[in-house]
Amino acid sequence: MNQYFSDLLNGARSLIEGFGVTLKALLSPPVTVQYPRETIPVSAGYRGHIELIIDEESGSHRCISCGTCARTCPSRCIEVKGEKPEGGKRKELARFQLDFTRCSLCGTCVEVCPVTALRFSRVYGQAGYTREEFMIDVLKRAGVQK
Amino acid sequence: MQAGKKNKPIHYRYFLNMGPQHPSTHGVLRVVIGMYGEYVLSIEPIIGYGHRMHEKMGESRPWQAFLPNTARMDYACALPHQHAYVRAIERMTGVAVPERAEYLRVITTELNRVVSHLLWLGAFLLDLGAFTPILYTFDDREHILDILENVTGSRLTHCYFRAGGVVQDVDDSFEPAVRACIKRMRSRFEMYDKLVTKNIIFIKRTKDIGIIDRDMAVRYGVTGPVLRGSGIAHDIRKAEPYSVYPELDFDVPTGQNGDCYDRYLVRVEEMRQSLRIIEQALERMPGGDVRTKTPKKLNLPPGDVTSTTEGARGDVTYYVAGDGTETPYRLKVRSPCFSNLSLLEELCEDMLLADLIATMGSLDLVIPEVDR
Repeated sequence: MNQYFSDLLNGARSLIEGFGVTLKALLSPPVTVQYPRETIPVSAGYRGHIELIIDEESGSHRCISCGTCARTCPSRCIEVKGEKPEGGKRKELARFQLDFTRCSLCGTCVEVCPVTALRFSRVYGQAGYTREEFMIDVLKRAGVQK
Repeated sequence: MQAGKKNKPIHYRYFLNMGPQHPSTHGVLRVVIGMYGEYVLSIEPIIGYGHRMHEKMGESRPWQAFLPNTARMDYACALPHQHAYVRAIERMTGVAVPERAEYLRVITTELNRVVSHLLWLGAFLLDLGAFTPILYTFDDREHILDILENVTGSRLTHCYFRAGGVVQDVDDSFEPAVRACIKRMRSRFEMYDKLVTKNIIFIKRTKDIGIIDRDMAVRYGVTGPVLRGSGIAHDIRKAEPYSVYPELDFDVPTGQNGDCYDRYLVRVEEMRQSLRIIEQALERMPGGDVRTKTPKKLNLPPGDVTSTTEGARGDVTYYVAGDGTETPYRLKVRSPCFSNLSLLEELCEDMLLADLIATMGSLDLVIPEVDR
């Protein structure tokens, strides 16, 4: 019987204390943002899908189309194709396709690139209606005019 | 509880299918429960819905390509898995790790542990019917996830460790951010004490419920906070120290009764200890490189290696056997949740259905880790 009443008393006290916590939270400013209308800044180290770095001097990318990134990719989601222009000596990048539906953002491609031609983009929270929206043409996205 | 329920006429009994999609199973776990009224007569967990053959994937590609997979087993606490894997590779190939990288590994892993325990705390209380705490824990979790995102590049499936170090060094904002976060978390624990630990409904729902005694815990090979809740102070960070844990001072909290309430207390105390570890590691962290240069093609020599780390749920063991090529000949993962789940059958007999939910919640199951 004693146990019953002490439970009742302690229980009531604990519940009131708990309500005190929620009341305090109710009166404090909200911690969330109204998402579609407001967004928070993307952190500096965030990894989006890969993109080609554009050299400011030359205005072009550095890719030598060696295909190391495509070979090391765990998910095999990169396709690199180089073509030798007529009369040219070196291969030039003709196609750089990323299948983002399979990418796991591990960053292996960025690490292995011998000429550091790749980096992570800042595209956050990608969502789409079709699968094709995630087939990213990295070369076209870089917007390099040959 | 009520003796002789099993002898009652068969038409009083029925089967209840919990899952594969049920909020209380926290993933695609199906539990077939034989019921008598509100009492559980038998229970059979059915796993395998999330099987992605991770081990086979590891055996069919170069070892570097398995790194992102390690984060996708235990998605709530990815870094201990990754730590165990890279440690196995490092021991095999003899790649040295710079000291700064080891400290960074410890700090990020402990942050990850706090994140995981906060997620568990919110979800567990949600299972018990308390909706408010999950909003607070997710608020805290976001602060730590922001730090981890800045360091590792992603919020959940971190791919940060490499054989021979970590991917990148932290920037200048890292240390102040972590210190501010520790300070904030300490004040939040007092709030959780008021809101949860002393709450009469929570105590009544968890005390003396789902008691795992020492003998049972050892028999099933239970590890992590579930084992420590039963009073056995076994922590890989102390028992088989790895990385820089021997240089750091922390306690291994244990429970006494092995009930749900003890497991709750152990996890909350573990979060406090993790904060202590992070503080010390920040003090001691030296400068220098964070990654040693490794050859582009690193073959695994013939032989095998096992490496164990302490995850948020228990011992995470990676067994790697090499045969002279880049691809592992055999890769075996021992995940803690599988053992923790296996005792459910014995534990939950003759329990009320509501207590079964509390017990399952207190085991902190992550189903993709069970299935792999």
